Amino acid sequence: MKWKVIEKSELPVLIGELTKEYEVFAPVKEKGMVSFERISSGNQAYLNFRNTKKPLKEVFFPQTETLFTYKTGEKDVEVVESRAVKGERVVLGVRPCDAKSFVLLDRFFSSGEYKDVYYLEKRKNTTMVGLACNHPMSTCFCTSLGGSPFGKEGMDLLLQNINDKYLIETATEKGEELIKKFPWLKDAEKADIERAKKLSEDAEKAVKSKVSVKDISEKLDKMFDDSFWDQIYQKCLGCGICTFLCPTCYCFDILDEETEEGKRVRIWDSCQFPCFTLQGSGYNPRPSGKERMRQRIMHKFNYGVKNYGENFCVGCGRCVQECPVNLDIREVIGAINQKGG
Amino acid sequence: MGNIENSIREVAEKLLSEKKVDLIIGYEQGTLPLRTTPCFVDKAEDVKKLVWNPSCDANLSKYVLGRKGKVGVVAKGCDARLIAVCAIENQFPRENVVIIGIPCLGVIDRKKLEAKLGDKEILEAMVEDEQIKVKGERFELALPKKDFLCDSCLTCKHRNPPIYDVFVGEKVPENTEANEFAEVSDLEAKSPEERWKHFKEELSKCIRCYACRNVCPLCYCKMCFVDQTMPAWFGKTNDLSDTMIYHIVRTFHVAGRCVDCGACSRACPMDINLRELMKKTEKIMKERYGYEAGVSLEKVPPLGEFKMDDPQEFIK
Repeated sequence: MKWKVIEKSELPVLIGELTKEYEVFAPVKEKGMVSFERISSGNQAYLNFRNTKKPLKEVFFPQTETLFTYKTGEKDVEVVESRAVKGERVVLGVRPCDAKSFVLLDRFFSSGEYKDVYYLEKRKNTTMVGLACNHPMSTCFCTSLGGSPFGKEGMDLLLQNINDKYLIETATEKGEELIKKFPWLKDAEKADIERAKKLSEDAEKAVKSKVSVKDISEKLDKMFDDSFWDQIYQKCLGCGICTFLCPTCYCFDILDEETEEGKRVRIWDSCQFPCFTLQGSGYNPRPSGKERMRQRIMHKFNYGVKNYGENFCVGCGRCVQECPVNLDIREVIGAINQKGG
Repeated sequence: MGNIENSIREVAEKLLSEKKVDLIIGYEQGTLPLRTTPCFVDKAEDVKKLVWNPSCDANLSKYVLGRKGKVGVVAKGCDARLIAVCAIENQFPRENVVIIGIPCLGVIDRKKLEAKLGDKEILEAMVEDEQIKVKGERFELALPKKDFLCDSCLTCKHRNPPIYDVFVGEKVPENTEANEFAEVSDLEAKSPEERWKHFKEELSKCIRCYACRNVCPLCYCKMCFVDQTMPAWFGKTNDLSDTMIYHIVRTFHVAGRCVDCGACSRACPMDINLRELMKKTEKIMKERYGYEAGVSLEKVPPLGEFKMDDPQEFIK
C-alpha cells in the first residue's frame, strides 16, 4: 500500500524506533533556531517549522569534513581514510525544496570521472523522509523552479500534515523498505488522501512569489559583458550568506591542517569571496564584486543548465530572507528578464 | 518621518543638480516588510526613490570605501561616526563625502520581531509613531517599537550625528540615561568559566560567512588575515578553535574604532551576539584613553596612528 497514516501523537514513537536502528537527523529547535541535528529520541524532532535556517546539505556535505589523516614517516606517508558513514541514516522533516536540491547536488557530485564518495556514500545510506509545506512563506518561489510545496522529488517518503494525522506517501523503493519496518501503521483512507490533495492544491496556490526562468540561460548567454552587472552588484557586501545558506551551492576548498598528525579537510567555499579565484601569481580573474556576483548568477541559471540540465536554484528563499542588504535574487532574475528581453 | 524623507530627497536633488556630488547613497524600499535596501542615486530625477524609516538599518558608510568622486551619504549617528573613523584612517578624503546627517531614534531589530512571532511570518508591516503594526496569515498585532529596537540603538549616545555637512530634520534629545555598558557589566560579572562557556555557545554557531566582517566599514583590509594563505595564519574551518580565533582577532582589529553601530549582529544569519566583545573593548578605550571613536576628526585614535613611512604595505 502506497499510503499510510500515523496519528501525530504516535510520530515520536516511530521516530524513537528509528533511532534504535538508524542515525536519525531531524529539525531541532534550539534557542529559537531550527536546524537539522542528529537526534536520539522521538521527542527531539520539531516539525512545526516553516523552514530551517541552514539547508539540509550540511548533513551530506558538512562545512568542515576530514577526508583523510596522514602521518609522515621517515620514508613515506601513511594515509588513513576517515570516511564517516558507518550506519544507515534517516533524515526526517525535509522540506520539498531541500529534497529537490539533492537531485541537483547528486548530479554534481556524481558527474565526471571522479565520483565524490564522501557525499555519495552518505546519500546512498540515507532514506529521506520529507515533510510537505502546508504554509509556504512569502519568500518561497519553488513553483517557479519546477518544485512544489508537496513535491516528492528527492524524497523516499513524504509526510503530509492533515490535521491530527500525517499521511505518509511512499515515493521510492527505499521508502517502501522503511515503511515495512512499521507494520503497525494504518492504511490511509480515501478521505485522508483527498484531504492531502486539497491541502496540496491550496499550498501550491499559496506560493505567490513567482519568477520567470524561461530562457534565462539563453538570455544570460548574451549578457556576460553587459553593463547590467555594473549596477546590480553595487550593494552586495560580498559575504557568504547566500552561498552558504543555499541548498544547491556546493563549492569547496581543500586544505591540509597540520597538527601532530596531518589532516586533509574540505571546507565550504564561496564564489563571493575574493580568494575563491585568487591565483598563485597574485592575479585574480574575478577581481571585484561585479564578476563574483555574475559568477553566482551564471552558475545558477546558465552553467547549471548547460552542465546538469537544470537551474541550480530551488526557490527556497533563504538568500532572500537572510541577505543583510536585501539584495533579492528574485529581483535580479526579473532584471535579467527585462534586460534580456 | 515623512518630513525627514522629503528633506533627504530635497538635499539629494540639490547636491546632484548642483554637481556637488556624483552620487547619493541612501535607502530605498526593500522587497520584504520592514526592509529597506541601499540605493545609489546619480540622477536628480531619481531622488524620489529615497526613503527614511526605522528599517533603514544598513550602515551606508561601507559603500564610501573604494569609491572615486564625491558622494553624499545618508547617515545616522553611527554611520556618520564611521565615515569619520574611515576618514581619519585615510581611507578617503573627508572632503569627498557630504554627510547628510539624520537624527535617529533607533532602527528595528527584525530578529527580535522574529523571536516574538515564532513561526508566524510578517506579510505586511507599518511603523506608526511608537508602534509597529504587523499583519500576517491569521494575525494582526500592534507592538511597541521600543521593545524591538536593536540593542545598539537602546544605549546609543549619538542619535544626532556628531559630524555632518547637512543636517536634515530637527535634532532629537540624546539618551543620557541609558547605561551603554550594562551588557559589558553582565559579561564581566561572569566567572572565566562561565564566560568561556558563553563564548563557546555563541561562536559554535558561526558558519564563517564573514557577513560580520564584510558589513563592517572598519574591515577594509585589502587582504583579511583569515584569507591569507602564504602563510596561512589561521585555520579556515568552522571548528570552534578556528572560529574563535577569527572573532577574537577581528575584535582586536576594530578595538578603539568600533562605534557599536550593531551592523555585525544584525547581519549575522546565525544570530550570534557579535557586539558583546566589541563593546568590552569600547569600554576599555573609554576608561583607559578617554577615547570615543568617530566624534572628532582631529584627535588621533590611540590604536590607529598611521605613519606614511609605515613599513607594512598591507595596511595602506
